[in-house]
Amino acid sequence: MSENYYEKADLEDFPNIGEYAPEEGEKFFEYYAVATRAGKLSEREKSLIALAVATVRHCPYCIDAYTVKCLSLGVGKDEMMEAVHVGAAMAAGDILAHSTQMRKIIKKKEM
Amino acid sequence: MDDLKAKTDFAGNFIEKLACCGLYPLHATGVEILQMNITRRCNLSCKHCHVQAGPGRTENMTRETMARCIRAAEYPGITTVDITGGAPEMNPDLEWFVVEMAKLGKRVLLRSNLVILLEEGFRHLPAVFAANGVEVVGSLPDYLGEGTDRQRGRDVFGRAIEAIRLLNGLGYGKPGSGLVLDLVHNPVGAYLPGEQKHLETEYRRVLGAVHGVSFNGLYCLVNCPVGRYLDYLKNSGNLRDYLMSLEASFNPESAGRVMCRTTLSVGWDGSLYDCDFNQALDLEVICSEKGKIGDVDLSILAEREIRLGGHCLACTAGAGSSCQGSLTE
Repeated sequence: MSENYYEKADLEDFPNIGEYAPEEGEKFFEYYAVATRAGKLSEREKSLIALAVATVRHCPYCIDAYTVKCLSLGVGKDEMMEAVHVGAAMAAGDILAHSTQMRKIIKKKEM
Repeated sequence: MDDLKAKTDFAGNFIEKLACCGLYPLHATGVEILQMNITRRCNLSCKHCHVQAGPGRTENMTRETMARCIRAAEYPGITTVDITGGAPEMNPDLEWFVVEMAKLGKRVLLRSNLVILLEEGFRHLPAVFAANGVEVVGSLPDYLGEGTDRQRGRDVFGRAIEAIRLLNGLGYGKPGSGLVLDLVHNPVGAYLPGEQKHLETEYRRVLGAVHGVSFNGLYCLVNCPVGRYLDYLKNSGNLRDYLMSLEASFNPESAGRVMCRTTLSVGWDGSLYDCDFNQALDLEVICSEKGKIGDVDLSILAEREIRLGGHCLACTAGAGSSCQGSLTE
């Protein structure tokens, strides 16, 4: 067991996540492959979505994998940063939208 | 610990992978492409250059060695003659060589950094290429200027576009002209190229819409961990990750189609190699007959065993990589 929870080399272990539950693992990888390959959306568009989700979800493995994938696909650094900002704006909007709950409670509780 | 050692023996792991798909020892299946590296001189000093070409290099193929190459190229199996460097334009005998080689009626490719075609003393060459039906393979690692300049030097992208415009003006890269201009993409960093078809679409979109230039096809090349690119990987701390990604991307289908199986690479002094990377590493062909181009019977070389190393993983990764781009769909 390593000293750190996140190890860069752990990304190489990703293909083994089906260990202990191979059927579920296999189905996940099938689903993952279909969901991320080019469809109505291009591979490039899907990779930018994945990059934005990876940063929002704070997944270091996915950030590594999808930054490299975007570079491989010729996506510009400015385009990648724009995608991250979409994620950041969505996350901020999500938080601010929840202030509705706070405001409703304030209005109910205050005289 | 043993696992880690095994993981880092990339040459050994490569041979093991080839053996698993019945490809070891790897043998040539013919000599269809004669590739000649006619100079180490170049007007650029690109950060990824595996032959470490630059303005300070002096190695040039002599006219006598070129004549031996021309005689060798008459070998009936050879369909393609591929001229590379350095900047091949900087060999003073290039023009003679191209004209003589074209007389054989075989496909002649010339690999150009493009920007040299705008320099004093070289501007007449595109017309010479056109007159002799030479296909131009131009280096343009990124369709974005910033990336190309980062790899090849300041303002190289702008000048390369200007050179493409000049070639387009002669008919290169234009439908129906019969003059072929292909471009070469290689990643500007420590990662593998994306799908060739996808990148070609992006190149066509940006180069056409933004810069108003056209080309025939795009070759995607995987950077080989040799020469300056190897230095870059080491100095940037990317070497292990890069080799691991090459190894993880090993594709048996690509391995079966590697370019060295049908290519003979000739050095500036006439020495023989399996490919330009082995040439940069000074790994000459394994052959019972010793000698330079013209000394060794090509029918023997057509069945030679290929000399392998960890760097060969670059050609078998993913869709594969060759001097003519990806090896599989």
